[in-house]
Amino acid sequence: MRSALHAEWTKLRTLPGTWWLLLTAAVLTVAVSAAAAAAFHCLPGSCGPSRTGADPAKISLTGVDLGQVIVALLAVGAIGGEYGTGMIRVTLAAMPRRLTAFAAKALVTAAAALAASLVAVGGSALAGRLILPVRGLSAANGYLPLSLGDAADLRAGFGSVLYLTLVALLAFGVTAAVRDSAAGIGVVLGLLLLFPIVSAVIPDRPLARHLEQVAPMTAGLYIQVTSGVQALPLTPWQGLGVTAAWAAGALVLGGAVLRLRDA
Amino acid sequence: MTAVAPYRSPAAPGKAGFARALRAEWTKFRTVRGWVIAAIVAVLVTAGIGLLATGGGQSTCQSASVSSSGPGTANGGNCLLAFRLGPDGEPVSDSFYFVRQPLAGDGSITVRMTSLAGLLPSANPGNGSGPSASVPGVQPWAKAGLIIKENLTEGSAYAAIMVAAGHGVRLQWNYTGDTAGLPGPVGPANPRWLRLTRSGDVITGYDSADGSHWSQVGAVTLAGFPARAQVGLFASSPDSQQISQHFGGGASVNGDGPTQDTAVFDHLATSRGWTAGPWTGRYVGSPETPGVAGYRQSGGQFTVTGLGDIAPVPAGHGGGADPAGTVSDYLVGTFAGLIALVVVAALFVTTEYRRGLIRLTLAATPARGRVLAAKSLLVAAVGFITGLLGAGIAVLAGDAITRARGNYAFPISGVAEARVIVGTAVLAAVASVLALAIGTIVRRSAATVAIAVMVIVLPYFLAVSAALPLSAGDWLLRVTPAAGFALQQPYPAYEQVTMLYAPLSGYFPLPAWGGLAVLAGWTAAALALATYLLRRRDA
Repeated sequence: MRSALHAEWTKLRTLPGTWWLLLTAAVLTVAVSAAAAAAFHCLPGSCGPSRTGADPAKISLTGVDLGQVIVALLAVGAIGGEYGTGMIRVTLAAMPRRLTAFAAKALVTAAAALAASLVAVGGSALAGRLILPVRGLSAANGYLPLSLGDAADLRAGFGSVLYLTLVALLAFGVTAAVRDSAAGIGVVLGLLLLFPIVSAVIPDRPLARHLEQVAPMTAGLYIQVTSGVQALPLTPWQGLGVTAAWAAGALVLGGAVLRLRDA
Repeated sequence: MTAVAPYRSPAAPGKAGFARALRAEWTKFRTVRGWVIAAIVAVLVTAGIGLLATGGGQSTCQSASVSSSGPGTANGGNCLLAFRLGPDGEPVSDSFYFVRQPLAGDGSITVRMTSLAGLLPSANPGNGSGPSASVPGVQPWAKAGLIIKENLTEGSAYAAIMVAAGHGVRLQWNYTGDTAGLPGPVGPANPRWLRLTRSGDVITGYDSADGSHWSQVGAVTLAGFPARAQVGLFASSPDSQQISQHFGGGASVNGDGPTQDTAVFDHLATSRGWTAGPWTGRYVGSPETPGVAGYRQSGGQFTVTGLGDIAPVPAGHGGGADPAGTVSDYLVGTFAGLIALVVVAALFVTTEYRRGLIRLTLAATPARGRVLAAKSLLVAAVGFITGLLGAGIAVLAGDAITRARGNYAFPISGVAEARVIVGTAVLAAVASVLALAIGTIVRRSAATVAIAVMVIVLPYFLAVSAALPLSAGDWLLRVTPAAGFALQQPYPAYEQVTMLYAPLSGYFPLPAWGGLAVLAGWTAAALALATYLLRRRDA
């Protein structure tokens, strides 16, 4: 396993594209988060007291919506690239234990995604901490700046890092199953966006709520909510659990396809 | 020394070069099974998701408004949701206080308006007596002035010249028509003189600040207007609306409660064929708060108090609980179809690079711009047909299912439906070309798909799902290629109706042609860069 990890790490790190993607994920997330924070303004009556009104943590982490696409792209490229170039046959010749190779690749990819997510989320939270008090969410209105000392803020931040990592694993598993980069990223993005758009228009509210409870993106991002948590269809950690279940399902499917089909 | 003639191929230079390149690209497309399947999937998801969303589950109708059947009423079966329909078949609200008398033939009526005041709902309804207007203040679209109306039935044709509290003098007709006149509010120090003149089917509105210098606001033709029409003073004041922001950043609009307005008129005079008899007052429609509207006449002064609104009812007026199905609901699957199309368009060029086929393609057609043009035309055609089929099935089947289930479908004309379907097809075609251009620039399939989805679909998603503050979402739908979704806007937005015109209800910040221009602009720029790079770079 150690040599497998080493091999996969070498493959990932020596591709210049990897570093560009990691950098893009972090920069884009922070930029979008900062823009969302800067665009925020209190409508009359909307900046109510803390924990029921505007949600500084969620606004500060808006960039995760976009950052997840890049993180997914990283994971898709990690496995899809092997099929695109035929490298997969070399990999499997060197490591005939296919599931070991698969697990090593998934671990290395997840680690890279985790590192980029830490930077992305940390930068976003910092931007929110600096910008939001200027935009009306100040101590005068009963809002404390985002802080690592606050349990809810800490949960939102680290939960977002975990969410991005889980999205990477979901994308990894899906691409392993469809064995094509373009189809993989298409399926992943469709899967992420499908549930929230459908549940927004569906006239049947109870059904819409159930859809939100099983949606990989909607449920997972509950982890960012620090205001009005009681109104959510799931608790934040249950929501992240839904994303984890999707990622696990995709990994099992991808692993099974790799194990059972000719490469 | 003999000069050696350079070699020239004896074959005749290719004529119809472009047709040949196009045919080659078509062969490439149709012989790759995955791409054809993906195009079919695009049709299925475009149509299927919308049907799932509107047809799936039981519609909850507990918030449906009162049912009242009668002429000009569209009734929604079990949901008992009813809209009054206007002369052009659009849903309208027609509810106001009317001081009137029937007048036949041509003529003219003039009045001076010196005041427009009103009451708004109190912030804290308190003592359980239900919502009522109690705080001094006036709704910006509280209206009062002169009106000439076909008859006293709700939804009948009319033309009116009025002062709107926050929007100056307006000439409005048949609910959707609206032209601005003198700006500014009305008051004792700055009265507004209003005049309506009828000549056959043509009604002309004039305004004046002093009663001697008149200017024409506009002239409208009400085809088939009866000779004997109801003429007089009116006052109306729509419910106040409050836009509130959710914790996530999105916004919703809440009906805040009924309002009322009171206008003071004098110098009421008829001329040019009309001779006024006594005036009588009555409420047209049914007032939300009974016992409020009425009028008082003392000497030459009329004090008219009204509520309600004479205006179109936009789709989504009932907010999130609106049970009326709209064309936008049926088309919600478009984003998924676009993702599938983006994958096809991206692969259509990136696989050539991966497999090295591009070298063969360019050897066969050395005019590289022509190759790109042929590819663009092909993916545009595939996108157009896919969008046309997907949207066509979604809209027609959505309409049929909604009606079969007895749910209420928001009225829309066949022309508007056709426009939305073709608009979706154009959106799919241009978006596919954009993805192709990005693919030519980037040359990697996954990156192309990610970039294309990020610029075309993700901004739409962020704006629709209310993940962003409202202004930011609007801004995204103006500047990114996602502006092209405006091609799907089925209903016009009305300036004279206060509402949250949100993308989710089918209202986009840009008009259809504006959205297309933004998307086409990005596509043209990407194609130009792609052509340049294709020519300059080694394949």
